[in-house]
Amino acid sequence: MRLNGAQMVCESLVREGTDIMFGLPGGAILPLYQTLPEYPQLRHILVRHEQNAGHAADGYARASGKVGVAVATSGPGATNLVTPLATAMMDSVPMVAITGQVPRAAIGRDAFQETDTTGITLPITKHNYLVMDTADIPRIMSEAFHIARTGRPGPVLIDLPRDVLTESADFDYPDHVDLPSYKPTMEGHGQMIKRAAQLIAESQRPLLMVGHGAIISGAFAEVREMAEKAQIPVITTLLGIGSFSGEHILSMGMPGMHGQAYNNWAIDRADLIIGVGMRFDDRVTGRLSAFAPQAKVIHIDIDPAEVGKNVRVTVPIVGDAKRVLHALAKQVEQVSRPEWIAELDALRAEHPLSSGQGNGLRPQHVVRELSSVTDGRAIVVTGVGQHQMWAAQHYVFKEPGSWITSGGLGTMGFEVPAAMGAAFAQPNRQVWSIAGDGGFQMTMSELATIVEHNVPVKFAILNNNNLGLVRQLQDLFYGGSRVASGYTGNPDFVKIAEAYGIWATHVTDEPQVRAAIEEAAAVDGPAIIDFHVEPEENVYPHVPAGESVFEMIESPAGREALSWLT
Amino acid sequence: MADVSLNGRVHTITALVHDRPGVLARVAGLFSRRGFNISSLAVGHSETAGLSRMTFVVEGGDWVVEQVTKQLYKLIDVVRVTNISSESSVVREMALLKVKSNKDNRAEIMQIVDIFRAGIVDVGKDTVIVEVTGDEGKIDALIKLLQPFGVRETMRTGRIAMTRGGVATGTKQAAAAAAQSAPDTEVVP
Repeated sequence: MRLNGAQMVCESLVREGTDIMFGLPGGAILPLYQTLPEYPQLRHILVRHEQNAGHAADGYARASGKVGVAVATSGPGATNLVTPLATAMMDSVPMVAITGQVPRAAIGRDAFQETDTTGITLPITKHNYLVMDTADIPRIMSEAFHIARTGRPGPVLIDLPRDVLTESADFDYPDHVDLPSYKPTMEGHGQMIKRAAQLIAESQRPLLMVGHGAIISGAFAEVREMAEKAQIPVITTLLGIGSFSGEHILSMGMPGMHGQAYNNWAIDRADLIIGVGMRFDDRVTGRLSAFAPQAKVIHIDIDPAEVGKNVRVTVPIVGDAKRVLHALAKQVEQVSRPEWIAELDALRAEHPLSSGQGNGLRPQHVVRELSSVTDGRAIVVTGVGQHQMWAAQHYVFKEPGSWITSGGLGTMGFEVPAAMGAAFAQPNRQVWSIAGDGGFQMTMSELATIVEHNVPVKFAILNNNNLGLVRQLQDLFYGGSRVASGYTGNPDFVKIAEAYGIWATHVTDEPQVRAAIEEAAAVDGPAIIDFHVEPEENVYPHVPAGESVFEMIESPAGREALSWLT
Repeated sequence: MADVSLNGRVHTITALVHDRPGVLARVAGLFSRRGFNISSLAVGHSETAGLSRMTFVVEGGDWVVEQVTKQLYKLIDVVRVTNISSESSVVREMALLKVKSNKDNRAEIMQIVDIFRAGIVDVGKDTVIVEVTGDEGKIDALIKLLQPFGVRETMRTGRIAMTRGGVATGTKQAAAAAAQSAPDTEVVP
């Protein structure tokens, strides 16, 4: 079959199962756009900013488990994809980004809208390609999707010079990908699994720490089987939330900087940590030398480079979380651990999660009501900051893989476009974007796209007229010097919504919260609730960056004890 | 739980890579992005068409070497990575040295060059070019002896290395330990 480059890209997308892509055209990528009418099965969502195309593809990928596709033109179009690519790279999200490039002869001559896209995106993609021959497109497209979705997933970028898109060549799509230098390890090593089972049998105070890898591999049943059979309480990392039902008696919640305080004390006492598809990030461990001082570590991850990167590992197991846990659970003895469970219950009682100070509208209360009204079954998308931590702490997730947040990179503004992408992926599920007023204003231009397609995303803006977590850091560690963290010129978000024709309401008092959420949920289409939350509310606990659990601030009173830090 | 160690010694690592545009940038970028200290890098074709072999000299402890190896493996273009520091291997570097010289001291320079089994590959009116092969220590020593005459230019290739015996450097057999068992051994010092 003889096709031009643009047709080849579309044919390849169809063969890879792509049904939707998010993008914004420009000169260099235009040959691809002008070909789209020939491929009605490829739905294109025109966004208002390329960054949002990237985050929408990310949200779509996380909500569907499929590869998200983003399209942009050369130069500024491609550079606007940098933040979403870095976001997807840090959080292991399968994405393919397709960018236009100036014609081959113009490359290197600083042509209009030329930029070294593969050079710029080299450290923030799993792999990238500059296509210099039209005939290479089928191979490169199939490799890109294969690399993006297998092993530890990640974003792959394909840069296409305009004349590569217009030239013609024979199209012959490879039926399988053969990359001799890329063979992810799926099965865990038998000997290591045996040693891990031994350690679990010997352990008195084990903890499972489950991360994003468990969700990516779909290891929900396996995590549960492992936890129940060996009676191991489950801590879920920020990105691991949803891998284990929050209702389960063995569910502990989140560890680390803003995790439930009792989890950090539990880790301190544990004699065995079983890390599953997580990477012992600094937000989880705090000061490494003081992390889990009594514990041996079993680390299960598909990426060998994560094993031993941050903490000393007793039993490393490289492989797919689902397969490894399945094999491990078979070898684990059924036991009960009443003493350890009782000890953890006591810790829980001693270090309860703060539900707010009670002045004004508490953001924690908003999240709890949202959790209750949606029965813990909505897809929840957040940005980054206080609202994200409150959502992670107080929403009780009952469905697997329902939590979408920018964990590694910490990208503010993620909450708007990613929620839109998630809603396209799961049209039959309720999608709630819990947003901050800071992040919302970074990407609210996408409301136009949401209106165009009547995407039923519901926004709960926890509006404190502040970059709240920055303000909190300044109050706790910079003597209350609030530099550049207050937003005094915030718009009226209800009027913004009206301008777009979106249903919206203000909420200022706690008794109004539930009714407003119910009303928004019933709207056929998007809705925005502007929650005027108490601006002085802080996220607790707070482990100071680089410190240990012993420096954890659990409440406003805990601040005094830490006066030496400021 | 102890922190992972960063300090240590010098390691020689070879990587067999696909000879594709940008592969050098990917490898070099990885080193700078992860803060690895690379003191020498040499690249050239391998015995297989389409594959190049790179030799790096990396400073750091076992943790650094392990991370370098694993991170290199994550690059799609990297086929095989081998740490050959601990194996019996031949290590060489080549240098070209332009030395100030006149008819009065040329014989003296030639004598030094002979002792080092180096050669003079160009003779000009005021300079000679010396070609020398050996490990870094030998080349450093020769440069030091030639310094009094005036070394106007030095050009060094960086270290290349090859394991002794029948097994080819960076092959499956040679890399078996690194590639296959690495994830399954106790990995951190």
